[in-house]
Amino acid sequence: MTLVSPAKAGTETASAPPRRRTARRATGLVVSLGVLLAIAAASIAIGAKPIPLDQVWHGLFHYTGSDTDVVIRDVRLPRTILGLLVGVGLGLAGAVIQALTRNPLADPGLLGLNAGASAAVVSAISFLGVTSLTGYVWFAFLGTAVVSVLVYALGGSRSATPVRLALAGMAVYAALYGYVNAVELLDTAALDKMRFWTVGSLASANMTVVRQVAPFLLVGVVLAVLLGRSLNAVALGDDTARALGSNLNRTRALSMIAVTLLCGAATAACGPIAFVGLIVPHLVRALTGPDMRWILPYAAVLSPVLLLGADVIGRLVTRPAELQVGVVTTFIGGPLFIYLVRRRRMAQL
Amino acid sequence: MNASKRTAKSGTRGVTLRTAGLSLRLDVRGAVVGLLLIAVALVMGVVLIGTGDFPIAPADVVRTLFGNGTVAQDFIVNELRLPRVLVGLLVGAALGLGGAIFQSISRNPLGSPDVIGLGQGAAAGALTAIVLVKGDPGVVATGAVLGGVLTGLAVYALAWRQGVHGYRLVLVGIGTSATFTAVNGYLLTQAHQEDAARAVMWLTGSLNGRDWDQVWPLLAVCAVLMPVALGQARNLRMLEMGDDSAYALGVRVERTRMVLMGAAVLLVASATAAAGPVAFVALVAPQLARRLTRSPGPNLLPAAWMGAALLVTADWAAQRAFGADQLPVGVLTGMLGGAYLLWLLVTERRAGRI
Repeated sequence: MTLVSPAKAGTETASAPPRRRTARRATGLVVSLGVLLAIAAASIAIGAKPIPLDQVWHGLFHYTGSDTDVVIRDVRLPRTILGLLVGVGLGLAGAVIQALTRNPLADPGLLGLNAGASAAVVSAISFLGVTSLTGYVWFAFLGTAVVSVLVYALGGSRSATPVRLALAGMAVYAALYGYVNAVELLDTAALDKMRFWTVGSLASANMTVVRQVAPFLLVGVVLAVLLGRSLNAVALGDDTARALGSNLNRTRALSMIAVTLLCGAATAACGPIAFVGLIVPHLVRALTGPDMRWILPYAAVLSPVLLLGADVIGRLVTRPAELQVGVVTTFIGGPLFIYLVRRRRMAQL
Repeated sequence: MNASKRTAKSGTRGVTLRTAGLSLRLDVRGAVVGLLLIAVALVMGVVLIGTGDFPIAPADVVRTLFGNGTVAQDFIVNELRLPRVLVGLLVGAALGLGGAIFQSISRNPLGSPDVIGLGQGAAAGALTAIVLVKGDPGVVATGAVLGGVLTGLAVYALAWRQGVHGYRLVLVGIGTSATFTAVNGYLLTQAHQEDAARAVMWLTGSLNGRDWDQVWPLLAVCAVLMPVALGQARNLRMLEMGDDSAYALGVRVERTRMVLMGAAVLLVASATAAAGPVAFVALVAPQLARRLTRSPGPNLLPAAWMGAALLVTADWAAQRAFGADQLPVGVLTGMLGGAYLLWLLVTERRAGRI
């Protein structure tokens, strides 16, 4: 399976001497970080009430308790930080899944991982009376973990084809969606909570949420970044990787743990958001080539750019109301997915 | 007229009926299965009519249907419960037939309207009507048909590359489906709470409260489109051998495909307009029918009967299984269908077909 087509992606940079290539990639990463900072600033400045950048600076670093400062500290800043964290989580999860399954169409949302989290969370709300995020988060992990193992076993292991994996995700999604629906219908209180959660939104962000999910995401990020080299070996195919002395089972297990932590925490915090994990690793691969050790940091920086950007767009287009960020990413990601399906020359297509 | 019996190489036993001008080869097993399914659908229909807050014995139901019931029974049976059952039978048949056509055209047991996003597209149309227009049931139904047909066109156009087939259709459909899921989720957040409850109820697929207003349009659509689809069954069977072979056998490939897909999309969209997106009947019915008839090919008619029997049975089960809480039928078919989809995936994989 060479769907990722390392040869093609690598040709652009292959001619440059290795050191210059590294320098260029590093520069690119720094530029991306700059973009991320700019988007983060925009995310604080833009909203129902626009705040000039100098006041943003003032509110962040010279807090005096004025109305604007309060808006910045208590509303915009937590929202931006949460967007940042969730973006990193989804982007890295997507990159790891795509590498692990050698499947360019993999995405935590499309594979039903979010649905697993949703099913677990709705059960927690309805049957166990869990109301706080501290409660949700464990259920979201549980749901994500179970589904990721299930989908991977059904569609991903060994000779993964994009179709099989997508269908496995679809099947899991459908079964769980039926369940979530049933619970929501029997329990209207749960419906009222869930219908906002299930579109994926940053609107209810606050510092407590941030503090609760940050540790899980942090562990996930470290794990994912450490996996870079092993995932490079996976790209070579099972036999070659094994011949090179790579421990595939360990890589797989650790990758699943990383994905569960990243995706589970992100989903618990703001509901299922699809396509971020699909789009960004794709674009990044075109920039960096197939080396996971570069794809992962780039994805970690550029995914929050997309997520925060989508959130800002969502706040701008339907002012004073807002479009949930999950809706915006899907509007961007759905067409892109279809484009990729059309473009790729896969044997099955 | 004489009937000759022969056993085809594939193992299906056929009877050929001949008159002077007409010869018809009848697959015995297929015909028996078809008749049995019709019987099951009708029996379950009678049972379903008898089920509810005022239980009525099956014998009384039948007597009432023939016009010999008491006034109260007549009201309950003919005004309240018969339309619901008829909508169930028609929706099931339309979904089963539509699903069989889609699966045959995509040459894939997973290429059902659910997976391809038609249900979600129709739902988007209906939700727009509920949330933004606040329309009455007629407007909602129109919205659903429009949404379904537009989605069908879009998926067909997007999957087109020197013809439409196989997995590209399925994958494009999954992308479309995901997009509409987000649209629907967004529309749901825009709704007031009572509208939201109505919308979720509609989104699940339900036969609750269906009356003659839903029966007639659906009946008209089925009466026109089912013969059209069945008339193309022979060509469809040749399409399954591959475009080139079918072309060589004289089938106008793209035209056949367009007529059939058009009919299937309209059938599914109309069914969705009447009952909401009842999940997975279109996916499951053709597969079950195929396993029962053990006959290759699209099995259009058995799939339609199977769909009708399934939906009415599921509706009965959804009313009875959960005690006081009556669930809409779509919840039950959704959960069962998802489980079935997983099982299908496992077996298809073991057989090395995916």
